[in-house]
Amino acid sequence: MAPVRGDGMRGLAVFISDIRNCKSKEAEVKRINKELANIRSKFKGDKTLDGYQKKKYVCKLLFIFLLGHDIDFGHMEAVNLLSSNKYSEKQIGYLFISVLVNTNSDLIRLIIQSIKNDLQSRNPVHVNLALQCIANIGSRDMAESFSNEIPKLLVSGDTMDVVKQSAALCLLRLFRSSPDIIPGGEWTSRIIHLLNDQHMGVVTAATSLIDALVKRNPDEYKGCVNLAVSRLSRIVTASYTDLQDYTYYFVPAPWLSVKLLRLLQNYNPVTEEPGVRARLNETLETILNKAQEPPKSKKVQHSNAKNAVLFEAINLIIHSDSEPNLLVRACNQLGQFLSNRETNLRYLALESMCHLATSEFSHEEVKKHQEVVILSMKMEKDVSVRQMAVDLLYAMCDRGNAEEIVQEMLNYLETADYSIREEMVLKVAILAEKYATDYTWYVDVILNLIRIAGDYVSEEVWYRVIQIVINREEVQGYAAKTVFEALQAPACHENMVKVGGYILGEFGNLIAGDSRSAPLVQFKLLHSKYHLCSPMTRALLLSTYIKFINLFPEIRSNIQEVFRQHSNLRSADAELQQRASEYLQLSIVASTDVLATVLEEMPSFPERESSILAVLKKKKPGRVPENEIRESKSPNPVSNHQNANSHHINSNSTASNKLNNSNAHADLLGLSTPPANNVGGSNSNSNSTLIDVLGDIYGTNNNANAAVYNTKKFLFKNNGVLFENEMLQIGVKSEFRQNLGRLGLFYGNKTQVPLTNFNPVLQWSTDEALKLNVQMKAVEPTLEAGAQIQQLLTAECIEDYADAPTIEISFRYNGTQQKFSIKLPLSVNKFFEPTEMNAESFFARWKNLSGEQQRSQKVFKAAQPLDLPGARNKLMGFGMQLLDQVDPNPDNMVCAGIIHTQSQQVGCLLRLEPNKQAQMFRLTIRASKETVTQVICDLLSDQF
Amino acid sequence: MMLFMLLFSRQGKLRLQKWYMAYPDKVKKKITRELVTTILARKPKMCSFLEWKDCKIVYKRYASLYFCCAIEQNDNELLTLEIIHRYVELLDKYFGSVCELDIIFNFEKAYFILDELLIGGEIQETSKKNVLKAIASQDLLQEDETPQSFFDDHGLG
Repeated sequence: MAPVRGDGMRGLAVFISDIRNCKSKEAEVKRINKELANIRSKFKGDKTLDGYQKKKYVCKLLFIFLLGHDIDFGHMEAVNLLSSNKYSEKQIGYLFISVLVNTNSDLIRLIIQSIKNDLQSRNPVHVNLALQCIANIGSRDMAESFSNEIPKLLVSGDTMDVVKQSAALCLLRLFRSSPDIIPGGEWTSRIIHLLNDQHMGVVTAATSLIDALVKRNPDEYKGCVNLAVSRLSRIVTASYTDLQDYTYYFVPAPWLSVKLLRLLQNYNPVTEEPGVRARLNETLETILNKAQEPPKSKKVQHSNAKNAVLFEAINLIIHSDSEPNLLVRACNQLGQFLSNRETNLRYLALESMCHLATSEFSHEEVKKHQEVVILSMKMEKDVSVRQMAVDLLYAMCDRGNAEEIVQEMLNYLETADYSIREEMVLKVAILAEKYATDYTWYVDVILNLIRIAGDYVSEEVWYRVIQIVINREEVQGYAAKTVFEALQAPACHENMVKVGGYILGEFGNLIAGDSRSAPLVQFKLLHSKYHLCSPMTRALLLSTYIKFINLFPEIRSNIQEVFRQHSNLRSADAELQQRASEYLQLSIVASTDVLATVLEEMPSFPERESSILAVLKKKKPGRVPENEIRESKSPNPVSNHQNANSHHINSNSTASNKLNNSNAHADLLGLSTPPANNVGGSNSNSNSTLIDVLGDIYGTNNNANAAVYNTKKFLFKNNGVLFENEMLQIGVKSEFRQNLGRLGLFYGNKTQVPLTNFNPVLQWSTDEALKLNVQMKAVEPTLEAGAQIQQLLTAECIEDYADAPTIEISFRYNGTQQKFSIKLPLSVNKFFEPTEMNAESFFARWKNLSGEQQRSQKVFKAAQPLDLPGARNKLMGFGMQLLDQVDPNPDNMVCAGIIHTQSQQVGCLLRLEPNKQAQMFRLTIRASKETVTQVICDLLSDQF
Repeated sequence: MMLFMLLFSRQGKLRLQKWYMAYPDKVKKKITRELVTTILARKPKMCSFLEWKDCKIVYKRYASLYFCCAIEQNDNELLTLEIIHRYVELLDKYFGSVCELDIIFNFEKAYFILDELLIGGEIQETSKKNVLKAIASQDLLQEDETPQSFFDDHGLG
């Protein structure tokens, strides 16, 4: 039976009943199709329909649409209804337009005309209907058509209050899509003064608008602060009877209060005027006082409204972060909520306390609630509340309570919900690193993490523990011992094998004296896990084994036997095969000295922001407290050590480059942008040690939406993201040897649809090709959604050259042709071979190259602020050898290198002298060939 | 600002949807599907707020209907619950003990009332009296009209 509808449309009620009575989805679809056919024929039929019939059919279409079916007709009839002189027909027309709006529609001009007519109406009901429609559509067209009318309606004295309210919010909606719609000048103060309006509804609507305007232009609207404070003060001190219908369950104007409190959070400090500030503080105190009063009603609406205002007041107090007294009171209040019986309040209190924990004034107060928060983490029934408790523990952690909090989090992790484990692992890892005073504790925590939640320990976490162990001599022996013990567990997580393999390969010698962990025992223990592991871990273990040959020559034959095994030497996995055969050869042909050099201990990693923190920030923007991890207090001298070991790094690079190419997953990781201070990439090939290449993923995708075009950076590096916009990411990975180079371009389709006619074309004239010969392999013309393809280029430097080749990429995306050009990272410096020399021979050569054509010099302004370590890094990435202890002035940087071309080798010297006072650099290049001095000087000027 | 409001039944049937942000239809359907499943899976005593993508979800169940709103990170959760409550009060007052069926059969009215309460995702009028007055004046305009085709529907035309 169809319930009676107020306005008659019985046909609609019958139709809705029919649908509800359908026993199956098929029956429903059938009934709907029948109705659609009926409506279509009515609309197409000769008989003109009257307004009522149109209304009824349009309403049916709307209902069908709301059931989830597509509607592709009826728009014209709906538009006709807009101009009906019957309100109910007009209203249905507007509803249809609002719900099924299509801004590209040809009908938009007709719609705008109808709206214009209704805005002129003397009946406020009609005007509001038109305003609601504008706000519902909210398009640019609307903004353009009504940019005059609406502001006028808002401030005119003749406008009725109900219309003003709609006009304010309608304007806000249009302002969001077209910020230029708001007139400036005298309008500003008229809009601000709406805060003084008699009508609470008008003030409420206007406050939302002003809040948005202030965000765009805080100075222009600064006048709103005083008005907002006094309005707020009046509301808060009002008795609930004063505001009549604007009192909500005994709370005076909660919506307006919250909006005003939000508005004030746009300024910091909220006000400079002592009088206003005092009044505001008084008001905030009143709100805090009221929270202590007994409730005026038992209804949840009362407590919600009251606490909504309270929480917003606390937000303002936290935002200002200047009144210790208020902060402490806020904290106490939230502390009470932590044991409230309403889940919602507990949740919000935890959330709010996360912010309080970051204030120096209230951090200690928050810590007083540690026990309760730990209990919440363990006992709350709702995972989102538990998650919030974890967040708060993370925020309240400091050196004093770190061990306890980390331990509690580790305990909880064993039973924690799967959905929050990964994030908890990151948090524990960060806290352990941040507050470690004793790094053995740090190592224990991370190994525990792997033991308890191995599956959730991401690569970032285990890379990081290795980096830290390598950089900290004092913990290496302990780490070796601990991983050795951990590996003895019968079932241990693959991540543990990775960490164990890496650490024993580097530092296994430190525990080899103990017969229980003698070399052969270590090796057998590791190898007992080998067959259970993925190829990537096996590859890592093979590297460990070759390191063992260096550390423990006595077990060489055991290890060679493993390399020789068919499963390795003939492994189906190309990477394993290559490692096994190369390492086997190395162990046979290399002398002990060579082996010792190649397999020397890993150099220290450059100190940088914890990569794990970056991952967490990405996961939870805004939730990670700003006080970032301070890196070790004693940065290790990196560069000297680094250079001495560069050979060693090179030996690994082929293998790991291949590893990256061997599967798509690793590729993505390898493609990321290394952090700017990546000292690790000291010369052209050394970027690729396993940890470093993979370790650099943290920078990726942070700017996924902005177009990125990084060619300049590639002067100093060989791998990374070259270009990125919303459709396409182009990564590059390259290596150079002598006068030959190989470049892999990785095109990643970021969209949901295939890119077709995909065609990269090299732009490099035949003349230029005589100097640098570039060959490019063709690629498939279709790049599937989400897929990545690789294009290989080879380059041969025949003679020195200026500039670099460009590649023009064209494709079709969603039917539109796209085209852009990108400069390839193939400048002539890529063919540098770094040359080591002492001061004596450097200056001898320097003097020899004193001819007019052999010198080139430039003086240029330094980038602000003058960054000498940064400049050193860049020079190291540039390809020449950075020579230390050559120039008597330690600030000066000198480099030497040879450019390999097919026809000749060009020796090249460089000196970069900073002038700290003037914030300038002087760059001098001397080379045996004039064109080279010029080109190198041009490439490097203005880069520092 | 509120990004959207969804009303759905315990069986997961969508009863009303209001979008204050322009999403493509496909995205709307996806969001609806995801949220309906997520919320129906939650237990009664759980918290009414969820972090979801880059916004917050506030929901509350009234009898067989779930009211679910998405708001921005800085918006006030508790007061959003009360927007929902105010809307329910208005429906209740208008229909007289509102039930799910009223909203199904008079969905357009439910929209009209919502439009008087919220515009562009912001609260327009918090006074119950004033909203009801606005709706009453709409109905008044409607009653002035003679339902010409009323007879058609009853087979009397």
